[in-house]
Amino acid sequence: MKKIYANAAEALDGLLHDGMFIAAGGFGLCGIPELLLAAIKDAGTKDLTFASNNAGVDDFGIGILLQTRQVKKMISSYVGENAEFMRQYLSGELELEFNPQGTLAERMRAGGAGIPGFYTPTGVGTQIAEGKEEKEFNGKRYILEEGIFADLAIVKAWKADETGNLVFRKTARNFNVPAATCGKICIAEVEEIVPKGSIDPDHIHLPGIYVHRIIQGDHEKRIEQVTTRKREEA
Amino acid sequence: MGWDRNQMAERAAQELEDGMYVNLGIGIPTLVANYVGDKDITLQSENGMLGMGPFPYEGEEDADVINAGKQTITELARTSYFDSATSFAMIRGGKIAAAILGAMEVDEKGDLANWMIPGKLVKGMGGAMDLVAGVGRVIVVMDHANKHGQSKVLKSCTLPLTGVGVVDRIITNLGVLDVVEGGLKIVEVADGVTEEELRATTEATIVN
Repeated sequence: MKKIYANAAEALDGLLHDGMFIAAGGFGLCGIPELLLAAIKDAGTKDLTFASNNAGVDDFGIGILLQTRQVKKMISSYVGENAEFMRQYLSGELELEFNPQGTLAERMRAGGAGIPGFYTPTGVGTQIAEGKEEKEFNGKRYILEEGIFADLAIVKAWKADETGNLVFRKTARNFNVPAATCGKICIAEVEEIVPKGSIDPDHIHLPGIYVHRIIQGDHEKRIEQVTTRKREEA
Repeated sequence: MGWDRNQMAERAAQELEDGMYVNLGIGIPTLVANYVGDKDITLQSENGMLGMGPFPYEGEEDADVINAGKQTITELARTSYFDSATSFAMIRGGKIAAAILGAMEVDEKGDLANWMIPGKLVKGMGGAMDLVAGVGRVIVVMDHANKHGQSKVLKSCTLPLTGVGVVDRIITNLGVLDVVEGGLKIVEVADGVTEEELRATTEATIVN
């Protein structure tokens, strides 16, 4: 079974349809599947629902799909960095479902693990709990949250081998692991595809069983907030 | 009057004990890291890192090493990385000893509001709801009053809540208060502030 595709457009071929549900990895702009998002923009697929922790910035990440009005709904925990998002949301053009960050991650993990629902203490007594079943365990309140089952998962990793085993780099791992597992199909874009056997099996972060298609490409890896300290004078 | 941002952070750092795993929020809580001194504290960043180091030197930024505020940071010898589901498993699972967070409002029942102003601000709760639901101890650091002089330490929060009955201790520019049965208890009054001033700026019930 061949998993390697030439580019993002080819990897997405036959998988996109209007109204589909996509889970995307990344935190802020760190570890986002930037090549696949750009290719989805080019494909013009509409009415998309995204489960993604953030919505990118105006001209990068999911933000580029907001500019072209391809997104119908976002399921996210934080969208503060995106002016176009705010504008579309406040004018009622864009649906938004806020999920606490840990709830979103666990919903993806649960979906990928075949678990349709779970009880969490997060959000009990807040707006997030409205309309959700509440249950007490050992005297403490919990709410029922549902697993996410997406049509497609798009993720970014550092390295893949030919069989789809993935290794992530530092904090760019973030939502990429749970997102990858909750899609019917998962496409991973990586900085480097290496021959099988060249990654120590003990060092694989996500086994290739979760990854159906792989592309290698050049990533901009934009930094949202460059913060540095001065070197002390000798 | 009272403590400035750095003095509030310094006071909050006194809450931390040797060996603790701690999550610091954005704003004044981030400054707490500057005052831990010799204590062996491991900082968690909820985007998937334990053992957060300082900002990098100019030219050494790495796009793959950021904190929850999306700022470039560095790793330490003790650092570990993990995915977001694992990160919140350790938060919800009670493995993180304390979280120090900012707030818009806190009330005498320990309710906290720090994520949304209806009709105005649409940003999101990020990891705040999970943190306050799961960590051992929740410490709020904020100004005692808003810029119009109205108390942010209330009988009952007016903004959408982040958590119900979750706050243990409140550190403000005027002093330190604990959430106890029936209201708030004054633990400490800031330098240059009188207890009367602290009480006058607090809407919440103060108990002895």
